[in-house]
Amino acid sequence: MQTVPNLAGLTLVIFSFILLLGLFLLKDRVKASFRDIPAFRKFDQAIGTAVEDGTGIHFSLGSSGITNPRTATSFAALSLMRHAAEFSAASDQAPIATSGDVTLTILSQDNLRAAHYFAGAEQSYKANSGRLAGVTPFSYAAGVLSPIYDENISANILVGGFGVEAGLLSDAAARKQSFILAATDSIPAQAVLYASASEPLIGEELFASGAYLETGRAHLVSLYVQDVLRWLIVAALIGGAAMKLAGL
Amino acid sequence: MTRFLSPLIAIVVGLLVLLGYFLPNNELLAGLRTTFTQWAVILAAAALLVGILNLLTVHIKKISAKEKGSFYSLLLIISLLITLSVGLFAGKDSSAMQFAFTAFILPVESSLLAIMVVTLIYAGIRLLRYRNDLMAFVFLITVLVIMLGTAPLPFVELPLVGSVIRPFIISVFSTSGARGILLGVALGTLLTGLRVLIGADRPYGGK
Repeated sequence: MQTVPNLAGLTLVIFSFILLLGLFLLKDRVKASFRDIPAFRKFDQAIGTAVEDGTGIHFSLGSSGITNPRTATSFAALSLMRHAAEFSAASDQAPIATSGDVTLTILSQDNLRAAHYFAGAEQSYKANSGRLAGVTPFSYAAGVLSPIYDENISANILVGGFGVEAGLLSDAAARKQSFILAATDSIPAQAVLYASASEPLIGEELFASGAYLETGRAHLVSLYVQDVLRWLIVAALIGGAAMKLAGL
Repeated sequence: MTRFLSPLIAIVVGLLVLLGYFLPNNELLAGLRTTFTQWAVILAAAALLVGILNLLTVHIKKISAKEKGSFYSLLLIISLLITLSVGLFAGKDSSAMQFAFTAFILPVESSLLAIMVVTLIYAGIRLLRYRNDLMAFVFLITVLVIMLGTAPLPFVELPLVGSVIRPFIISVFSTSGARGILLGVALGTLLTGLRVLIGADRPYGGK
């Protein structure tokens, strides 16, 4: 068994956990000051515009699901969807979510239902607001094209575990001249979305969405922990390179 | 009751699976991890039935409301029922299922991949309309150089592009950039998981 890597991993998890909990308990002493990411500002504006216009918001949650290493991406996407759905649930046209994995479909339905409940618009929730569009990446892309083209959508939020097929979705959304916020964890898909989406999020910006959209204190604190860990990794990389140069 | 029960189950099971992963020599934790993972696989398989019902409901409603594109919904339902029947009665390894895969699914998905090429070229042209900045220019020039260095060009061979510049961009800039992004994604993944484990994030919904 790989004991050393496992123990190192466990140490990292415990360290992050302590840091997260410690900063969380410090409450208001931790002040937020992040660099500006225009995509999040425009996202809030697009949600507001959709609610005022009575047009729809479409969340495309990808096809990675929750039973593989990309689960966290799906969770981050669900968190973003929940936040936006709470603001837009009482709109004339309720938000819809499409996914390419059944477990994600069920979770999206559950989150949309909860968002409607908190928005006081439980009666406007429809069970088919959370939909399964297809179970392979390209069948999913083909299934999502229909709501993008046919359902009076003004904001397409393509956030989740995508591959390069995300290019087809962002192209369809761009043809409809709708707002596109796109984020994923896959590097090839990020390159495709950078070229095709109006507001792409690069790298780990997807995981920072909760902090930027002020969905809760835990998101803010976890972004701080991410920054601390990033600096530690930078120090370790530089230290390792220096040691190698010194022949140690 | 479920308001407290769901997070409790998620946190306890999550912690046990995590510990089972990092401490594989502990038989109790490793055994629990395997059991919980197997349960998750069974639940995911059962969820597939719910997913199929959801797919049918959405498209039946579309047909009954005579919405735009309802013909395609009808086609989808007929194809689904035929494939389901063939799979149930002839078996998933039967020649009929293989035919369905090689004659329909594979060509359609390959065609969509081919459409992607056109879509991406168009997106590349449109990029400068979205973002008329330095990074967009760098992105487009890099794409152009990599393509010129990769694609077989008729009658002409560009000096240095395929032999020096393209490998240099891929092995230095591209690899280091990708590693940086992957490290960020890994940290984001770790913290998202921890938020779920402390119950601060509840992707399983609930009121």
